[in-house]
Amino acid sequence: MKDLNEEQQERAAGLKGLGCSRKRVEDARFTQGKGNYVDDIKMPGMLHGDFVRSPYAHARVKSINTDAAMALDGVVAVLTAKDLEPLSLHWMPTLAGDKQMVLADGKVLFQGQEVAFVVARDRFIAADAVELVEVEYEELPVIVNPFEALQSDVVLREDLAGQTEGAHGPRKHHNHIFTWEVGEKDATEQVLGDAEVVAEETVYYHRTHPCPLETCGAVASMDKVNGKLTVWGTFQAPHVVRTVASLLSGIEEHNIRVVSPDIGGGFGNKVGVYPGYVCAIVASIVTGVPVKWIEDRMENLMSTAFARDYWMTGKISATKEGKITGLHCHVTADHGAFDACADPTKFPAGFMNICTGSYDIPTAYLAVDGVYTNKAPGGVSYRCSFRVTEAAYFIERMIEVLAIELNMDAAELRRINFIKKEQFPYQSALGWEYDSGDYHTAWDKALKAVDYEGLRKEQADRVEAFKRGETRKLMGVGLSFFTEIVGAGPVKNCDILGMGMFDSCEIRIHPTGSAIARLGTISQGQGHATTFAQILASEIGISADSITIEEGDTDTAPYGLGTYGSRSTPVAGAATALAGRKIRAKAQMIAAYLLEVHDNDLEWDVDRFVVKGAPERFKTMKEIAYAAYNQAIPGVEPGLEAVSYYDPPNMTYPFGAYVCVMDIDVDTGVQEIRKFYALDDCGTRINPMIIEGQVHGGLTEALAVALGQEIAYDDMGNVKTGTFMDFFLPTAWEVPNYITDHTVTPSPHHPIGAKGVGESPHVGGVPCFSNAVNDAFRAFGLRHTHMPHDHWRIWQTANRLGLHD
Amino acid sequence: MIPAPFDYYRPSDLDGVIALLQEHGDEARVLAGGHSLIPMMKLRMADVPHLIDLQGIDSLRAINVTGTRVTIGAMVTQHDLIDSAELSSAAPILRETALQIADPQVRYMGTVGGNVANGDPGNDMPGLMQCLDAQLHLIGPDGERSIAARDYYEAAYMTAREDDEVLTAISFDAQPGGYAYEKQKRKIGDYATAAAAVTIQKSGGSVAAASIAMTNLSDTPVWSEAAGAALVGTACDAGAIKAAVAAMLGDIDPTEDNRGPVAFKRHVAGVILTRAITRAWDRA
Repeated sequence: MKDLNEEQQERAAGLKGLGCSRKRVEDARFTQGKGNYVDDIKMPGMLHGDFVRSPYAHARVKSINTDAAMALDGVVAVLTAKDLEPLSLHWMPTLAGDKQMVLADGKVLFQGQEVAFVVARDRFIAADAVELVEVEYEELPVIVNPFEALQSDVVLREDLAGQTEGAHGPRKHHNHIFTWEVGEKDATEQVLGDAEVVAEETVYYHRTHPCPLETCGAVASMDKVNGKLTVWGTFQAPHVVRTVASLLSGIEEHNIRVVSPDIGGGFGNKVGVYPGYVCAIVASIVTGVPVKWIEDRMENLMSTAFARDYWMTGKISATKEGKITGLHCHVTADHGAFDACADPTKFPAGFMNICTGSYDIPTAYLAVDGVYTNKAPGGVSYRCSFRVTEAAYFIERMIEVLAIELNMDAAELRRINFIKKEQFPYQSALGWEYDSGDYHTAWDKALKAVDYEGLRKEQADRVEAFKRGETRKLMGVGLSFFTEIVGAGPVKNCDILGMGMFDSCEIRIHPTGSAIARLGTISQGQGHATTFAQILASEIGISADSITIEEGDTDTAPYGLGTYGSRSTPVAGAATALAGRKIRAKAQMIAAYLLEVHDNDLEWDVDRFVVKGAPERFKTMKEIAYAAYNQAIPGVEPGLEAVSYYDPPNMTYPFGAYVCVMDIDVDTGVQEIRKFYALDDCGTRINPMIIEGQVHGGLTEALAVALGQEIAYDDMGNVKTGTFMDFFLPTAWEVPNYITDHTVTPSPHHPIGAKGVGESPHVGGVPCFSNAVNDAFRAFGLRHTHMPHDHWRIWQTANRLGLHD
Repeated sequence: MIPAPFDYYRPSDLDGVIALLQEHGDEARVLAGGHSLIPMMKLRMADVPHLIDLQGIDSLRAINVTGTRVTIGAMVTQHDLIDSAELSSAAPILRETALQIADPQVRYMGTVGGNVANGDPGNDMPGLMQCLDAQLHLIGPDGERSIAARDYYEAAYMTAREDDEVLTAISFDAQPGGYAYEKQKRKIGDYATAAAAVTIQKSGGSVAAASIAMTNLSDTPVWSEAAGAALVGTACDAGAIKAAVAAMLGDIDPTEDNRGPVAFKRHVAGVILTRAITRAWDRA
C-alpha cells in the first residue's frame, strides 16, 4: 500500500480496517448475558433427551429393559440400537472413514458410551428415567494401553473382524486401525546409521480434552407439515453437518437447515458428529416435536472428543557441530474405541508430518500406527491444526534432547538449524511447502527481550546455590520455536468426507452504503463479526461499524467447511477480501459512469474512487452504493453484491518464538512461572487486540495441558478425571502475566498476507512450558520427563534424580 | 448432573428443623452453603428426599467474641469469617485458613458449620478446629450437647452427630501466640494435597504449648498430639521440627488419588508441616 497523506490516514482510521484494535462487537451481548446459545433455544412442546451410558469400558450388552422408564409419567420414548436399526442409524460414519455406534449395538467399548436415549417432557423427568432403564452387562477384558492392544487376543471391534483392509490401508492386527507413512524410510535409516551423533527419546503426549465452557448439544425440530428439518447445534462446521445429515437421513439437503447459534468455545470439540445429535434428530422425526439434547460436564469430558494420546518415539541425528542430518519418528496413536479423528480424509494422522518443525532437516521419515482401545473416541485438534501440537511438541522435545546429547545450548542448536529466510518457499523432507518465514530475526528478538544470556547465568548460579544447600528451588528456562501449518486447505489434497476444504464469503452492499457479509465459517469466540468486518472495511472503504457479519445458518450463509485448524482467516478471510475486490471492481465501473470517465482513469483512494490527477472529482463508496441500486447504468446490472469461494493454493505457516522462566520447588513439586514471553508472527495483523486475546487464551490452554490437564483412566477403563475437581481448567489465579510481541512476515499467497493466529500460542506454548520443567533438571542429568507436569510428577522427577536424599 | 426429586423446606427456627428431622429420619438432610451436598445430589451420590435449608435461621449467623471465648454460628460463611475484624484480631488463623478455601464466589455461600459438620476429610475447617481444640455445639430432640472437635470425626463423612441433630455453633478459647495454616493444592478451589494447622505458645525462648492438626491425609482430620508434644520445651530448632514431623507421619494415613501417590503425600506433608511450624514460631 502506498503511503497515505494525513487526510487519507484520517479517513482510513475511520474505517476501522486492518490493524485497528477495534473492540469486539460480540461482547456487548456476551457480557450482558444476552448471548443465544443452544441451550437458550426453547420451543413450544419441546421434549428433552438424556442418555443411559455404560458404566463399563468393555462389556457385552445382554439385555435392555425400558419398561420401568416408559412407565414414568412424562417419558415419551426410550430409543435403543434396535429402534435405530430399521433406519440404519444405529451406526454412523466417522470423519476418519470408520464407523461408530450411535447407541450400543451388542456391546459397549468405552465408559460413558451411549446405550439408550430417553425422551421426556422435561429435563428432570428424562434424568429420572435414565435411572430406571435396566441394562444387563457382561464384563469383558478391558484394554486401555495401545501397546497391549496390539498384542492382545481380545478383539475390541468385532464388527471389523476379518477385515484386513481399513480406510487407510492394511490393518496388521485386529486392534490396529492404520499405518501412515511419510518420507524416506531407508534413506533416513542410512543417515541415522552414519551419523556422528544420534539422540533418541520416547515422548508421550498424554490424552486430554478441549473442554469448551459450553458443552455439546442440539435442538432438532422436524416440521412434518412442510417436511423441513431444522437443527440448532454446537457445530464448528454447520454446512458439513447439513450434508452429512442429508446423506444419512435421506432428507433432501434443501429441506435441512442447520444453525450454529452463539457457541461457547469449540477448540476442536465441536467438529465431530455425536450420537446426541443423531438421537435428537431421530427423536424429533419420530415424535414430530422439537427435541433438545444438552450434555453435562461429565458427559462432555468422558464421551465427546478427546485430544492427543500419542506415543512418539524419535531419533534425531546431527554432526558433532550440531547440524541436524535426519529425523525418524514413529507414533503409536491411541484412537480409542472408534476412529473418530477429525482430520482431512487423506491425513489419518493429520499434519503430523510437520514434525520437522522450523528446521532444515534434509532427510526424514514418519510412521503412525493407529490403534483401538477401550477409551472414548475422538482425536480432535484441541486448539491446533490437525495433530500440529503433537508434532511441535515432539520436535521441540527432540531438539532439547539433542542439545543435551551434544552438550550444547538449546537456543544455539535451534539457531544453526533454522530454515533460512532466503530458503522460502521451503520444501520440507516430509512434503510441505512452507510459504514464508524469518525465523532468525524472531529468535534473536525473543532472546534479546528476555536477556537470554543473563537467564542462563542466573540459572547456573542457582544450580550452584542448590548444590551448596542454600536453596531448594531450581530454575528452568523453557524455549520453543514453532512453525504451524494451518488454513486447510487446498481442495486438491484436503477434504472432509469428500467435501473440499474451500471457504466462502457473500457480500451485499445496501443502498445507503452499509453492508452484510455472510461466511461459511462460524465463530466460537474468535471474534469473526469484528475481524472479518475489518478485512472488508479496508477492501471496500465502508466502515467496519457499518458491516454486519453473519455466519452459521446454512439457509443463508454460503457453503463452507467451518472453523477449526486456524482456517477461518487463511481461507474465509481470503474469500472475504476477494469478494470485496469484486465489489470494488463493479463499484469502479459505476463510479466511472457517474464521473463520466473511463474505468482506467480512476484510482482507489481509501473509501472512494478518484479521477487520476483530479482529486476533487471522486465518488465515495456510499455514493456508488446508492447509484448501484437507484440509477439506470447502461450495461451494468442493478445492485451491489459479490460472492467468492476460495480454494487456497497452499496452507499458511505461522511461527513464533516463546520463552518461559519457571521456578520449581523440588520438595513439593510446585512450580511458579516467573516470566512468559511470546513472539508470534501470523503475517498481516488484522486486529492486534484480538490477536493478543487469542495468544493469552492459547497460552493458558497450553499451560493447562503441560502442567496438569489430562483425561486419565485406571486399568478398568474408568475415567479418573471426569469433573473439574480433577480435570485441570486454569483460572486467573494460575495464569501468569504474559508478555506478547510480534514480527510480521506476510503470507505471499494470501490476498492480505494473513496466516491465522488462534492456535499458535497453544502449539508453541505446550513445548515451552514442558521444556522449562525439563530444563530445570538438566543440570542433574534429566533428559526427558513426560507431561503433564503436575506437582507429584515434578516431585517424582526430583526424587528419581536423588534430589530429596 | 440432575438431582433426583426432593422436597424443599425452609424453616425459620431450629424447632422446625428438629421436627422435620424427626419426621423424616435419614431421608432428610440439612443444607447449609450447599457446596458439598448439592454436587453430591446432582451426581446422585446422595439421595435426599427431604432437604431442609438452614438459610432462614438468623440465630445461626452470629459471631461472638467475649474475652478469649470465640463462638461462631454454624451458618457464618467463609466470607463473613474473612470479613470479621473481631475474629481476625482474636484468632487470625481462621482468616488465614478461610482465605485458602475455594474461591471468593464459593466463600460467599460456603459456611463454617457445613465445612465442619460434613465430615469430608478434604475440608479445611475440621483440622483447624481440632488444632484449636474447639467445641462443636449440637442440638437435637433431646436438647443441646457439645462435643470436642477432636472427638467428632469417625471416618470419611461419618461423625458423632446423630441424624436428627444439627450443628449450631463452634466455640473455642483464642490463645495468643504464633499460628499458621499452610496448604498445598493443585489449583484454586482444590482440596489440600496436604495442609497443616499449627499454633504455638512461646515462653522464655522455648515452646510452652503447641497444637498440630493435618488436613486430607487420612479419612478424618488428624490432630497429632505427639507432633505438638515433640515441640514443647524445645527452642523449635531443626531437630525439634524434625521430631514433630516424624511424630505427625506416624499419625497420618494418606491414600493415593489424582493428587499423587502415598510416598509423595507423606513427603509433602512433612514439608508443609515444617513450613507451618516455622511460620508459627516466627509469629509466636
